[in-house]
Amino acid sequence: MLSHAQSICSFKLKSLKAGILALAATASISAFAADTAKVNTTGLAITDDTVTVGILHSLTGTMAISETGAQEAEKLAIKQINESGGILGRQIKIIQEDGASDWPTFAEKSRKLLVKDKVAAVFGCWTSASRKAALPVFEKENGLLYYPTFYEGLEQSKNVIYTGQEATQQILAGLDWVAKEKKAKTFYLIGSDYIWPRTSMKIARKHIENVLGGKVVGEEYKPLGNTQFGSVINKIRLKKPDVIYAAVVGGSNVAWFKQLKAAGITSKKQTLLTISVTEDEVLGIGGENLEGFYSIMKYFQSLDNPNNKAFVKAFKEMWGEDSVIGDVTQAAYLGPWLWKAAVEKAGSFDIDKVVEASRTGDIELTTAPEGYVKLHPNHHLWSKARVGQWNKDGQATVVFESELIEPNPFPKGYQ
Amino acid sequence: MGEYTLNELGSIFAMQGFAGISLFSVLLLMALGLAIIFGQMGVINMAHGEFMAVGAYVTYFLSSMTETYLPGFMPYYFLFAIVAAFFVAAIIGYFAEYALIRHLYKRPLDTLLATWGLSLIMQQCFRSIFGAREVSPTLPEWLLGSYQPTENIHIPLNGMFVLALTFFVTAGVFYLLFKSRWGLRVRATTQNRQMSGAVGINTKKVDRYTFALGCGIAGIAGAAFTTIASTGPTTGSLYIVDTFMVVVFGGAASLFGTIASAFSIAQAQSILEFFISGSMAKVYTLLVLVLILMFKPEGLFASKVRR
Repeated sequence: MLSHAQSICSFKLKSLKAGILALAATASISAFAADTAKVNTTGLAITDDTVTVGILHSLTGTMAISETGAQEAEKLAIKQINESGGILGRQIKIIQEDGASDWPTFAEKSRKLLVKDKVAAVFGCWTSASRKAALPVFEKENGLLYYPTFYEGLEQSKNVIYTGQEATQQILAGLDWVAKEKKAKTFYLIGSDYIWPRTSMKIARKHIENVLGGKVVGEEYKPLGNTQFGSVINKIRLKKPDVIYAAVVGGSNVAWFKQLKAAGITSKKQTLLTISVTEDEVLGIGGENLEGFYSIMKYFQSLDNPNNKAFVKAFKEMWGEDSVIGDVTQAAYLGPWLWKAAVEKAGSFDIDKVVEASRTGDIELTTAPEGYVKLHPNHHLWSKARVGQWNKDGQATVVFESELIEPNPFPKGYQ
Repeated sequence: MGEYTLNELGSIFAMQGFAGISLFSVLLLMALGLAIIFGQMGVINMAHGEFMAVGAYVTYFLSSMTETYLPGFMPYYFLFAIVAAFFVAAIIGYFAEYALIRHLYKRPLDTLLATWGLSLIMQQCFRSIFGAREVSPTLPEWLLGSYQPTENIHIPLNGMFVLALTFFVTAGVFYLLFKSRWGLRVRATTQNRQMSGAVGINTKKVDRYTFALGCGIAGIAGAAFTTIASTGPTTGSLYIVDTFMVVVFGGAASLFGTIASAFSIAQAQSILEFFISGSMAKVYTLLVLVLILMFKPEGLFASKVRR
């Protein structure tokens, strides 16, 4: 088999010089590997014993902070799949590209992975902006992207599987919980100024006003990277909301929580529910600044179930005892497993067949760290929403868990 | 406003006043180092934010060292961290001037590009050494929480600390520039380089120390800001825009201008923010700034410098 691999390498080199050789080589490979020809009719990078996939996250730039965990989880999942025999008898090989926190670069690298490397699937992107940049490439070249981040919804592409929650899954259950448990009537909405917080707050406002009969007493967006919250905190003090509902991201998040604490607004006096703090963010913010506040997510590292315990253990073995696992990291871990399930159901690596299998509604994972998940025909996952209360040590105690929520990327009455 | 008591409104007014002053001290501390370098040497230092990050990382490093080896020293380490931040940033600045900047004095646009390149190099160094995640040093207890003169008024202690530090540093800079022999040389060099050289001032040495001082003050600012926000490899780039805004608006070669400009920008921003949304407050502040600069392109305080 080694000589076989070598022949491919040399084939790659030669193909740079003469495109005609490529055709001949492909023909000769498929001639003696009938099995591969059957599971791969569209010329993806698949041999008799390997299949190549792409990982596309930012390893440099602003977003490296967030995306590091996601790509670590994807590599862990792929390693585990390989150890358990691979997919359709093939070991997964990874080609990793760096999106460099730059959205056009995501598009360019996607094209490279799909056109030049012919990868069978890509696990990647983090921000909505990077996904939107890469999306036209995936649709044109007919690739398959597994996207891990919880996001604003309003999208459903044939070429993307969304393994994080769309906005309604994350938001509605949390608001219902806070209205019921904390008897909350008035809400103050604050977020960073870009598409995800704004769309999320729009949904939250509709739900608060139309369903819960509550009142939004303030809505505020701060520029990304802003570190001054003094005036906003005074405004909040003036309005005295029952709940502060927050979607501040990145470095701003740290300043926001530090200044809240310094201004004497702590969990003893104020209920705060955020949709943008996972274990990853807590590392920077510091547990002591968050103590007692709530996050709504689908996953917390502290979840008490056997799947999660095994996952946390394996993750720490591979990436170090100090690593923490946030919501998106777990969602990224699901990507390769969902792909495996779909490929095995389809009996083929062909993108169209894998997508078709994914759309049947039969793809499910019983081994997901977050618990049972199922892929909806609309390309999103059925999942639970959970409210976690932060402790000083940077871990959350889960205080509420919803039923499985149906994904609804185009919610009626919320747009 | 019928639902609020006079006491409550008064408290919020007081706290809002402090929010403005606190923002002023933050902007001033950021801009001071840049104003020295830009104003006295005409060098546009795009890596200013990264020198602040150096200060912040020094603080973080000392915090974790103290926590591991000398837990009893925790309440005091922060003061030493500020001093260390100054010297580390100043030394890096000294060598940056020696290796890079001094070759480009006659080409201001090239220094812009070169220092921008330097900032990218420094960012990647931070990423390699400290990792991509944002970090925060453990702060001593006395910097956390708030001072409560009455039940409703909370004045953040970290804000008061930054305010005091800014006052201290500004006073120090003024003393150095306007009362010391060294400051005399710096001002002489700024006003007329050839003549200063002719009367025996080593202008190259003056340049190097001025640059180092500016970087050192950036380091102090970085250390102080760990009490407000977290530090990541690209933290510096967040500050650079605000910093330049303050310096340019104030008038490039005037320290008084920098102070006046930091004060007016901070007050405008924080008062507007209270009444309209944060993003719009920034838009209006910048709009007014652009308008003023259109009519007074040299900034608030024009510099009377012969170059």
